[in-house]
Amino acid sequence: MKSIRIKDHAGAFAENKDVAKALRVEELMPSLEKNEDIVLDFEGVEAATQSFIHALISDALRKRGGDALDRIGFKSCNDEVRKIISIVADYMQDSIF
Amino acid sequence: MKIHLPNSAFLGNIDPFLREFDPSNPDSLEITANDQWISVHPMVLSMVAALGLTVKSENIRCQKFEARSRHYFIRMGLFKLLGIASDIVINEHEPAGRFIPLTQIRAGSELTSFISEMIPLLHLQPEQAKTLGYIVSELARNVLEHAEAKNGALLCAQYYPKSNVLRIGIADTGVGIRSTIARSHRAETDLAAIGLALTPGITGTTSREGGTEQNAGAGLFFIKSIASVNRDFFAVYSGQGLYKLLKKTAARKSIRLNADPFEDRHSGGFDLPRWPGTAVGIDITLDQTEEFSRLLDAIRATYSSAVKERRAARRKKPRFS
Repeated sequence: MKSIRIKDHAGAFAENKDVAKALRVEELMPSLEKNEDIVLDFEGVEAATQSFIHALISDALRKRGGDALDRIGFKSCNDEVRKIISIVADYMQDSIF
Repeated sequence: MKIHLPNSAFLGNIDPFLREFDPSNPDSLEITANDQWISVHPMVLSMVAALGLTVKSENIRCQKFEARSRHYFIRMGLFKLLGIASDIVINEHEPAGRFIPLTQIRAGSELTSFISEMIPLLHLQPEQAKTLGYIVSELARNVLEHAEAKNGALLCAQYYPKSNVLRIGIADTGVGIRSTIARSHRAETDLAAIGLALTPGITGTTSREGGTEQNAGAGLFFIKSIASVNRDFFAVYSGQGLYKLLKKTAARKSIRLNADPFEDRHSGGFDLPRWPGTAVGIDITLDQTEEFSRLLDAIRATYSSAVKERRAARRKKPRFS
């Protein structure tokens, strides 16, 4: 199982969408294509913008629906990061189905 | 173009300043100012700076500032940014205060560095710093991704200790919100386009629900929500449209957000002098900053029902005869 430490790429305030895109294109989507599980580890990430989380996971949700969430694990998220991920997961699934 | 810095222009009373802006003759800029005292919101400073960068320095005619508060414009870096000579002297011992001087951001990497460097300048509490970082990131990235502004985003901020308010302004001279939104949605006026841009899930990059893989159309809604729950001003001026979220008077125990910005207490207009781009201003009263976590709960509920309502409205209905 692959694990990505978000803080190593995006810092403690995860807002850079270019970084999110790179992680999505180079790590997340290829893992899902191979039906591999992947963990997004938010240890040390104090805050994230909705735009960052959208750029990171929305494509997976659009292409694979809610099943994408069976493959993606979110680790060590603080309360706010958890809520932003939930917002994106909600509106993407509401949009698709 | 002509722009006049009045005695006072904050978000509550910014309309006369905006209505006095003269966008004719875009190759030159004349800056005039009140002779007695000038006290303006960072949005005003960002606008003057953004405008000044669209013309050559030699084509900027700036009246000699006589107001006692003139040193403020030096401190905020206005003249330096625009390459205008100034004979205003700053007293070395004058306190610097808590502010972010005018800063030009043209790339995503510049923005990331700027956000990490700006927080210490304002000596904010962690929760407040988070809110500020969020606002600056979303607003500046909007400019970088959508505005097609050659000069990028111009922003600055000022903390006002007496009222405990942080005021932030950002401006660009790009294509404007209507031009961006109109790529995927119908907007008859600039104000209508601003309204769409403030609605959760509406982005100019696609008409598809859920946005693209890179854009959701939620950034401005989040920022309006921050201002709304804190009962603060928030203004968006683009083209001839101005939307201004007005201060709410009474505090509510529960947070209630509107997906439709025109359902919020607001003012504005669709017939202002045409601003060549977009300018945004926001006030954050720090001692009433709602816990970000509670705000996110309200956003989640509002966002979800807005998407569902739009989908329901698009559903085809059976025809009965």
